[in-house]
Amino acid sequence: MRFRDHVVVGDILELAQRYRDEGADELVFYDITASPEGRSVDRAWVRRVARVLDIPFCVAGGIRSVADAEEVLGEGAEKISINSPALADPELITRLSERFGSQCVVVGIDSQTVDGTYQVYQYTGDPSRTRNTARRTLDWVREVQARGAGEIVLNCMASDGVRRGYDLEQLAAVRRECKVPLIASGGAGAPEHFAEVFKMANVDGALAASVFHSGALSIRTLKQYLREAGIEVRP
Amino acid sequence: MTRVAIIDSGGANIASLRFALERLGVDSVLTSDSSALREASHVLLPGVGTAADCMERLRKAGLIDTIRTLTQPILGICVGMQLLFEASDEGDVDCLGLLPGRVKRFDDKPGLTIPHMGWNQLEFVERSPLLADIEPGAYVYFVHSYCVPTSDITMAWCTYGETFSAIVQRDNIYGVQFHPERSAQTGSLLLRNFLRL
Repeated sequence: MRFRDHVVVGDILELAQRYRDEGADELVFYDITASPEGRSVDRAWVRRVARVLDIPFCVAGGIRSVADAEEVLGEGAEKISINSPALADPELITRLSERFGSQCVVVGIDSQTVDGTYQVYQYTGDPSRTRNTARRTLDWVREVQARGAGEIVLNCMASDGVRRGYDLEQLAAVRRECKVPLIASGGAGAPEHFAEVFKMANVDGALAASVFHSGALSIRTLKQYLREAGIEVRP
Repeated sequence: MTRVAIIDSGGANIASLRFALERLGVDSVLTSDSSALREASHVLLPGVGTAADCMERLRKAGLIDTIRTLTQPILGICVGMQLLFEASDEGDVDCLGLLPGRVKRFDDKPGLTIPHMGWNQLEFVERSPLLADIEPGAYVYFVHSYCVPTSDITMAWCTYGETFSAIVQRDNIYGVQFHPERSAQTGSLLLRNFLRL
């Protein structure tokens, strides 16, 4: 089981080390405005993070080519995550997985219910540019796997930032189509939310951001809770 | 004196390994030069990409025979460990043949996601010098779709659908299937132990 953390505030290095010390299993760094702004994540801080961090970390933000990915991985990131660029150019997933292996190619999917089906959104880092791609989420989940994605992070937009729990129904539906590791994102606000997403949606990992950044919940407390709930976690 | 050489096979993700050594206070050189490898006290063989790609890059760099004849401690990491064996099903390629056995894909099982990606526990009975100060059950970080079945050179194993070799060792040849550079304190101890050989 893993937890991931979505870092957008504060001193990144300090926060990264604090979460590592608290027992985070993996950190994900999202430069969420990179794609909508047409740029790519800053290599210099990838390197700074890699120097101090001894747990896996994944970097996301405007990675649009094999060359972009090579630079980010070359600076010490374990994985790269692509979202909007994969929607613009699905073949990118294939090229990345052929070059680096599917294990370091994560596809992020922003999804929510529209007219009774789950649909995929693009450029969610900038509300003014966010658009519905009209792709059905379950179709996209199948396609990205066929193209070589090694992991899927499903961010359920309606739950994101609300802290009322993960979208268990949507995650369970995606789980049925997802043979690669599936990471739940969006909605964590309390320890019970993590326990239920592992038990009910059978995800491989749970990602959370604001609940940790705000100090509302520490990773150590959460892991203790999960262990007592019978869920295997790394100390 | 510890002079660590990392074999440069042109893969991308070497930085994290160099930083892990840096945190141990050890400088390393990244090299594809045969004489630099022969002069090193310890050699690390990381692997990025498929076994077939890695072997092709080693061949192009003219390093196959050099690696086969090194006498100092060599540590293969992840795909680098797999390259130490006779052959791999990944691309059906002949590997370095320094260790007996063949690398296979994880068996498909219902509910088992491949790659095996994440933290999992090391199990061991006999102690390898690589495992000094590490307790059975310690968590380390794995990312792989192919694995090496256990055999008499297995020093620690791990279970993910099936039991596979997590640490192997014979003579001066060592291999770890996980990523010590991303395995927090346990990984750091393992690298330290290797550098003490």
